[in-house]
Amino acid sequence: MNKQDLAETWAARVETLPGARVELGRDRPLRLDCGVELGPFTMAYQTYGSLNSERSNAVLVCHALTGDQYLAGDHPITGKPGWWDMMVGPGKTLDTERYFVICANVPGGCMGSIGPREINPATGEPWGLGFPVITVADMVRAQVLLLDHLGIERLFCSLGGSMGGMQVVQLAASYPERIFAAVPIATSGRHTAQNIAFHEVGRQAIMADPNWCDGDYYRHGKVPSRGLAVARMAAHITYLSEPALTRKFGRRLQDRSGVTYGFEADFQVESYLRHQGSTFVDRFDANSYLYITRAMDYFDLAADYDGSLAKAFQDTPVRYCVISFTSDWLFPTSESRDLVRALNASAADVSFVEIESDKGHDAFLLEEPEFWDTLRGFLFGCGEQLGLTAP
Amino acid sequence: MSPRDLRVRRQASKIRADLQLIADMIEPGARVLDIGCGDGALLEHLAFAKQVTGRGIELSQEGVNACVSQGLSVIQGDADTDLTDYPAGAFDYAILSQTLQATHDPRHVLEQLVRIGRRAIVSFPNFGHWQSRLYLLCRGRMPVTAALPASWHETPNIHFCTIRDFSALCHELGISVERALSLDARGQATPQQSLHLANLFGQSALFLLRKD
Repeated sequence: MNKQDLAETWAARVETLPGARVELGRDRPLRLDCGVELGPFTMAYQTYGSLNSERSNAVLVCHALTGDQYLAGDHPITGKPGWWDMMVGPGKTLDTERYFVICANVPGGCMGSIGPREINPATGEPWGLGFPVITVADMVRAQVLLLDHLGIERLFCSLGGSMGGMQVVQLAASYPERIFAAVPIATSGRHTAQNIAFHEVGRQAIMADPNWCDGDYYRHGKVPSRGLAVARMAAHITYLSEPALTRKFGRRLQDRSGVTYGFEADFQVESYLRHQGSTFVDRFDANSYLYITRAMDYFDLAADYDGSLAKAFQDTPVRYCVISFTSDWLFPTSESRDLVRALNASAADVSFVEIESDKGHDAFLLEEPEFWDTLRGFLFGCGEQLGLTAP
Repeated sequence: MSPRDLRVRRQASKIRADLQLIADMIEPGARVLDIGCGDGALLEHLAFAKQVTGRGIELSQEGVNACVSQGLSVIQGDADTDLTDYPAGAFDYAILSQTLQATHDPRHVLEQLVRIGRRAIVSFPNFGHWQSRLYLLCRGRMPVTAALPASWHETPNIHFCTIRDFSALCHELGISVERALSLDARGQATPQQSLHLANLFGQSALFLLRKD
């Protein structure tokens, strides 16, 4: 495929993605932390349910590193259920008969919002590495512009796991008047050294792929699939846990009775990881992976408040429910506890639950009834305090 | 059971007598921290009957999940370690019900209670009750009574005290006792003529404290 075809194929694919797209920052550009002014720019988003007449039932879900705006229903590219399909829908925990659920693709992403794969209007070419580095705070600023566009003054709740949780915490700290309740899940007030290290491995894998072409692979009609797949494989291990891997695969062999004394995928766990890697490249852009992992690495909420996380939450009116999972070693409970400690120091209204699970970091995406019950109860209690009415 | 069903059931049922005595000490609309809040019965009652702003700390995960899924603001935490996080005077009342004897450092916990609460409400089983004294005197073994049914090796209560011990500690820490009640086995307040009698006949005690 020549480069013209590749660019057109991508443009056509984005155009056909379902859901809403809006151009933001037209009147006033978005000033990014890196100093660049971005605007106008596109945000792609999905909504589920309907806004009530008081405009008080909006719930903003923030997606994680490789997530996107397609929470519920079938994903337009993979055909599989959306990443929170078990959570979002009529009668589910995020009941779409009660809440107006919004989820937007973050800037820097690759599902229709502005990002390195999109065309830079100044050059007529994909941004590539010319795209400015974005931060979690920038993502949140963009989300707030989207809320302005939708006419939502105050969210009933914002929730998200992992990087989504970082956005929730940042949103609640920077715009406490725009949010009634916040649910940061399996997350942290800062990215740890270990997590930065894992991200660096992923980025180096991408950049070591000759097809990456210094980030300019779009123009060369290439895709750094192998590098991106390796990045995904390494990251995927961090999303699971040793007990979960043992339970799922153990040392079982893949369609063979003995080891082959070679380097094929003898073990089921190898085959699984290879599959995870190869399917990921069909739906994700390598440069987006660089940009979004970088945004997470830079996240350190306390740094903006003289190194004191408690100051970030001073006199906050926001009701928090912090949730962690026992087997999550990527965003361990101790990270959530640091958030809770800082919230307590501000005498904030905070609940904190650690859910027993062996599923690792990914537990927030999987079937965890106790997690859902807790969340449902918290939202219900907040709804009562606010006198929330169904649409 | 949905959160609403649970709440309706809670509101319809009465709370334990000793918890009712605590609730009676709290004025409507107060800010309350319940440490060792269990399944949230007191917090739920206070929110409904007194419209308090309530928070809870509970050690057991089960208890915390039960509370949060009912819409109560509760964190998983430990009286020994987590009270230092709160700023001074953050609450009107800091409540520690039947938990002091299970903490590692009761003195530290007590100091924290009167620091973060303008007032503290503390209840504990009284080891000075005549049955405990008689048991130890006659049998020479650690008392196992209806009120304290666990054997020494399996009880979570690691720092037993008597009403007089507790009063002495308050005095030592410069904590004023605003009210002191001795309770019978059913958790009802029993009028006692003196500290010595309360210490002999109270199954448990309930103190309202303040540090000036």
